[in-house]
Amino acid sequence: MSVELDVFVGNTTIMDEEVYQLWLDGYTVIDAVKVRREGGVLDECEANADVVLSDTMDQYRTFQMCERLLHSPPKLANQLLFQITPHRQTILIERYYAFDDAFVREVLGKKLSKGTKKDLDDISAKTTVTLKSCRRQFDNFKRVFKVVEELKGPLVENIRHHFLLSDKLAKDYAAIVFFANNRFETGKRKLQYLTFQDFAICAGQLINNWTVGAVGPDSFVDNMVEDMDVDLDKEFLQELKELKILITDKDLLDQHKSLVCTALRGKTKAFNEMEANFKNLSRGLVNIAAKLTNTKDVRDFFIDLVEKFIEPCRSDRWTAADMKLYLTHYTNSVHILDTFKHQVVWDRYMGVIKSCIFKMYHD
Amino acid sequence: MPGKLKAKIVAGRHLPVMDRASDLTDAFVEVKFGNTTFKTDVYPKSLNPQWNSEWFKFEVDDEDLQDEPLQITVLDHDTYSANDAIGKVYIDIDPLLCTEAASIISGWFPIYDTIHGIRGEINVLVKVELFNDLNRFRQSSCGVKFFCTTSIPRGYRAATVHGFLEELVVNEDPEYQWIDRIRTPRASNEARQRLISLMSGELQRKIGLKVLEMGGNAVVGYLQCFDLEGESGLVVRAIGTACSLEKLSSGSILNTHTHPNTAPASNACNSPSKDGKEPVFGEDLPSSSGPPTPFRALPTSSSPPPPFSPSKPCSRQSSSSDTDLSLTPKTEESVRRRPGIFLCPSSPILSADTLSLPGSGSVGCGLGSVPRATTPHPPSFTYSDSALLRKSVSFTEDLLLAASGMGSGGSAGKEAGPLKTLLRQQTQTALEQREFPFFTLTSFPPAFLLHVGGVVNARSVKLLDRIHNPDEPETRDAWWEEIRQEIKSHAKALGCHAVVGYSESTSICEEVCILSASGTAAILNPRYMREGCLDIGSTDHRFEEPSPPTCGFCHIPYDELNMPFPAQLTYCYHCRRQKVPDVLFTTIDLPAEAAVTGKGCLIQARLCRLKKKAQGEVNATAISNLLPFMEYELHTQLMNKLKLRSMNALFGLRIQISVGENMLLGLASATGVYLTALPAPGGIQIAGKTPGDPSNEQHLLTIQKRINEATAKNKELYQINPPKLFALDPEVFCGTNMELTEEGVGSPIPEPRQRSRLFRSHSESSDEISELDLSHGKKDAFVLEIDDTDAVEDIHSLLTDANPPRGFYSCNTETMPGIYNWTSGIQMFTSVRILRLNNTNLTNQGLNKIFTDLCENLLKSFYFKLRSMIPCCLCHLNFTVAVPEEELIQVAVTAVAMTFDKDQTQEKLAEKLIPKGGSDTDEQLQFPMELCADSSTINSQPSSKISGVPESTNISSRAASVDYGSFADRCSTWLELLRLKAHTIRRGSVKTISSLEHSSPLPDGRSRSLRSSRSFGGSTVTVVKMTPLSFLPGTRIIKYLGIINMFFIRETTSLREEGGVSGFLHSFIAEVFAMVRAHVAALGGNAVVSYSMQDCVLMENPNKNQAQCLINVSGDAVICVRESDQDSLASTTTIGHSCSSTTDVTT
Repeated sequence: MSVELDVFVGNTTIMDEEVYQLWLDGYTVIDAVKVRREGGVLDECEANADVVLSDTMDQYRTFQMCERLLHSPPKLANQLLFQITPHRQTILIERYYAFDDAFVREVLGKKLSKGTKKDLDDISAKTTVTLKSCRRQFDNFKRVFKVVEELKGPLVENIRHHFLLSDKLAKDYAAIVFFANNRFETGKRKLQYLTFQDFAICAGQLINNWTVGAVGPDSFVDNMVEDMDVDLDKEFLQELKELKILITDKDLLDQHKSLVCTALRGKTKAFNEMEANFKNLSRGLVNIAAKLTNTKDVRDFFIDLVEKFIEPCRSDRWTAADMKLYLTHYTNSVHILDTFKHQVVWDRYMGVIKSCIFKMYHD
Repeated sequence: MPGKLKAKIVAGRHLPVMDRASDLTDAFVEVKFGNTTFKTDVYPKSLNPQWNSEWFKFEVDDEDLQDEPLQITVLDHDTYSANDAIGKVYIDIDPLLCTEAASIISGWFPIYDTIHGIRGEINVLVKVELFNDLNRFRQSSCGVKFFCTTSIPRGYRAATVHGFLEELVVNEDPEYQWIDRIRTPRASNEARQRLISLMSGELQRKIGLKVLEMGGNAVVGYLQCFDLEGESGLVVRAIGTACSLEKLSSGSILNTHTHPNTAPASNACNSPSKDGKEPVFGEDLPSSSGPPTPFRALPTSSSPPPPFSPSKPCSRQSSSSDTDLSLTPKTEESVRRRPGIFLCPSSPILSADTLSLPGSGSVGCGLGSVPRATTPHPPSFTYSDSALLRKSVSFTEDLLLAASGMGSGGSAGKEAGPLKTLLRQQTQTALEQREFPFFTLTSFPPAFLLHVGGVVNARSVKLLDRIHNPDEPETRDAWWEEIRQEIKSHAKALGCHAVVGYSESTSICEEVCILSASGTAAILNPRYMREGCLDIGSTDHRFEEPSPPTCGFCHIPYDELNMPFPAQLTYCYHCRRQKVPDVLFTTIDLPAEAAVTGKGCLIQARLCRLKKKAQGEVNATAISNLLPFMEYELHTQLMNKLKLRSMNALFGLRIQISVGENMLLGLASATGVYLTALPAPGGIQIAGKTPGDPSNEQHLLTIQKRINEATAKNKELYQINPPKLFALDPEVFCGTNMELTEEGVGSPIPEPRQRSRLFRSHSESSDEISELDLSHGKKDAFVLEIDDTDAVEDIHSLLTDANPPRGFYSCNTETMPGIYNWTSGIQMFTSVRILRLNNTNLTNQGLNKIFTDLCENLLKSFYFKLRSMIPCCLCHLNFTVAVPEEELIQVAVTAVAMTFDKDQTQEKLAEKLIPKGGSDTDEQLQFPMELCADSSTINSQPSSKISGVPESTNISSRAASVDYGSFADRCSTWLELLRLKAHTIRRGSVKTISSLEHSSPLPDGRSRSLRSSRSFGGSTVTVVKMTPLSFLPGTRIIKYLGIINMFFIRETTSLREEGGVSGFLHSFIAEVFAMVRAHVAALGGNAVVSYSMQDCVLMENPNKNQAQCLINVSGDAVICVRESDQDSLASTTTIGHSCSSTTDVTT
């Protein structure tokens, strides 16, 4: 005796959030049943194992049928097949596009290509995220990437509009798309201590300040430039070369140093180290800026920040407050240098660098 | 040229990619009606085409409008090869033909393909301009309203209930035509879908004609079914109840001609009666100007035995030809039909019937050749016992007789049958068929149902043969005719003149077909049927003094001195004035005004019987031999389970027997309740067959203990605490002393009277089969005898039935007796489960266990899935069993879960009115005087009945208010009621008009979608609620938009890829729901009530990776609004008030 067929269809589609999560997490039906039973579901409504199995299979089927629609979320609201309350729809979409930080950390900055997809089983083994879930997340990244790639207008807005995601999640996806597009290196051992959220915030800064779209909506007639939030502003990168004068001109360098030191003296225990390392650190930051016209160096942006700035500071045991103090004065002192003509570019550059380093300076 | 159909194709969306190269589609649309086809332009390279076509106009007969669906085909244009079909939409335009229903169809429809399922959506506008047709010879029946709802629809009042309607059409099944071998599965499926659509359109039109003929304007309780007889053909049949309905809400308009008791007037304005339509009628109807007889006078009980005229048995056969419009070429029909033999000796009635046959022998179809001598209808098999029966069962046995071959042989030359005879019989039919006093309704306006006798049912096993002549559905007609006659005579045996809650069904396996009909014998208030008063008034003295509505229907309709079966009668525990039986079984819903103690629950009896595989007649014989035993066992199970729950009545009883190649499945479902008016059921007592064996005794004791415990637990669970006041403390009610002593005397001494002759035969016949008598002569406790292992198993299965978990209730009636405060949360669902029995050598017991577990597990699954809705009740649990293949058992369930307010302390009677639509209940009443009596009872209750006070305390006061209230009191209440009623009507009309503004679709589809998008937050999809019930809790139905009756076929050749059979069926059911919702939304509606899935036939062949499924669903599309002013009768209403409620239309 065996169950040949077993279906349950509600006029309003019934979805159990717990089962949905198990499905998203890539559990097989059998494993999901096990998890549910351990979670005490049998105590509810005098259920037995068969009932839970049948329910789980039904739900899995429903989710599989919905999956096609979830690939383009606006369809979910207009489709006729499933009657799902708007509230439920939002949950479905949000959860479907949610991802594991551990997983995204592995693929961040990588090309979203078939090649990467082949490595997913390694990533799955490393992160203990199931392969099925890895695939879903990877496909989500790729799908969002493909859709927004060809769209004009602000990146976050586009993602939010085409995938009906929450603000937070849309921003995260913007970061993923941005990283994938510029292929930032995030996988090096020295960068391992950084979380996805660290990178996401940095990406947000870069998008908001260094891209074409960042110059502000006013500068474009219709605010509609392709890839405006994805590609870095080439003109700006060119201008960054001008900052080199801060380290090549010895007077300027000294002047800068003395201004910073004057401001910092007595305000921090690490003052001596700061004074001693000033020229090194300043050279590091300005060199990063000067090299950004080179795509290869753009990719190494984060590794450079860590090697050239964060690591030296850390070995000198700067506190986060020290870092804040130093960078604030380091940035602001330039304004007093009369001979330095590139104040706007400097601010645009250092604004982002400052926030990135603040975010990245932790253990 | 009475109608112009206009259609406009606006746009498509989410179309599938048809061109792999470009990942796009070049779509265009063909719009077809009848033989006319229009095409839109090709909209190139888009998955969201905007055709925005012109209005395509079809000028057609209204007859075609009724029969044909509008067929919209979406295609992909291909320059070099044939255009590829994307899918189709069939739109039934019937709702547009009725002025009171929808005025436009506009919305997004899923594009459906029988192979691929839903493939995108298309936005369509459809309108109909109907010209007034004064042609009295017309064939159409536009304007007749159809309702699936088995009660008087909300917002309407039944001026007259005319009676039973039936019709069937037959055709060859395209699936079995030779052409099917060469055409694609898609073409075959579409041919079939289209044919069935046409057939059901035709059927509906024919039924409509009958309604007009009867003088009615609506069909209520319309039930349409398909019999897929395979090689033998395809039968579409329908039954319903003809009514003259009057709309309540637009009172100001209707006032001119709708007045209580002036049905003929309203009748006249309906439409010309089609008396002169066909020569047949012109010739024979006695007076074409006279109002048609709605309900032909019933034979009074004093009339001589033959309850129907001699020509009856064959008269029906011609009735279908009077509306004869067939689709395919006629061929000769011959159906083998074997005479039936009955299990019990024939009664005197027989002979009268037999006489009729010679005359009919030469007519029409295969029927004529059959020696009818052995096929009459008396309740040949009326098994009964005191505990068991309000029920009489009969079986038409098809046994092989020498004459069996004659059917096919004799029918050869039939076609040339004398026309004159045919004509004569057709007329007789026109008059006589109304002799079926059957009603498909299951709930009634107050005071309509006077007494209920019990369940009557009849089954018959038939052998199918190819339908050679689709134009002569006589054979099938005759089969049903026979069964209906049987039902009718059973009802008579129970002293009833009518059958309510009537339904018919079939189960087909290969060439064997079981036809079943069942209903509840009842006595109705004659005043609802013109001319009906005559016979009843003279028959029964009871009508002079109306019984209280809370218990009146329980009072026995039959003569207590001459009962059709041995039963134990007591005086009604409610009014103490009339006799009631100890148990009552019915197929109807619990009357709203009935007094119930505690809550009800779903009770199911399940049974499997193995049978040998056989062919043809041997098989049919084997099946018909098994049937009585199955009925008996199901009945015993029901009775045991009822007792175990300490209840004394079953409502909504539905017994289904399904036939497979090697087994028969029986499933009986009903809702058990404790009727306050009936005596408390005795317990169940266990008795061993072999006394003396100590170990056995011990075993018995344990079982007895378990049963007693279960009974006590159930009593508590269902809150059954019957009032014991009468029994314990007679002094308190001095007036009842007399009756009590009478009761002590026990059942009355039989005393031969003149009437007794009529029923003598039945009691005799039940004596003949005393081996089936369950009572064992003991009336008090119900004794279960354990004599073998089977009996032990039975008792175990009795005890294994799990009660619903805490927070859940379940029933198969409309609502749960004892729950009144529904909240608005509902969830309709369909669930299907198929079990494969791999074990080849199963015993009956083993099968029973498997089947029982299957049903129990299904219920458990529902409880589990719906646990978030607690506290909630599963209502209208409708189980359908089938044996799709050898070794497979299929159970399909459709039901609705409804939440309710846990706080039951609110006043019960006041609450009771709310789900019924407040004022509606009262307004449905025809007779203000009676109404006044009823409602004064209700009105008087709140004051005396404060929650917590035992019900029994005010029984006497209730009775008093009905019977002893002074006339002046009545008048004043009546006046007040009239005033309130006027109020409601005025308010109601305002409401309807303003809501129309809201809900009537705007001519422009775009602005329409804008409107809905505004109200549904970015989505263009209207939320459509579905329910198998006739109402939605917390809402008021303001408009019925027409009937939804859809048939779909889905086939796949990639079963594995679609997730196996489960995946296949899951998506198909979801697609069917989606298409129903889309059609309702396009009509401007937001809900489907009385939804049901009549058929779900699944065929699979996993080896070939193929499956096919057919689903037929129906329901009533409605607009409902949230009920904002519940105390409508009490509060003084203002226009502002009603306006506020109309804003709910779009929410």
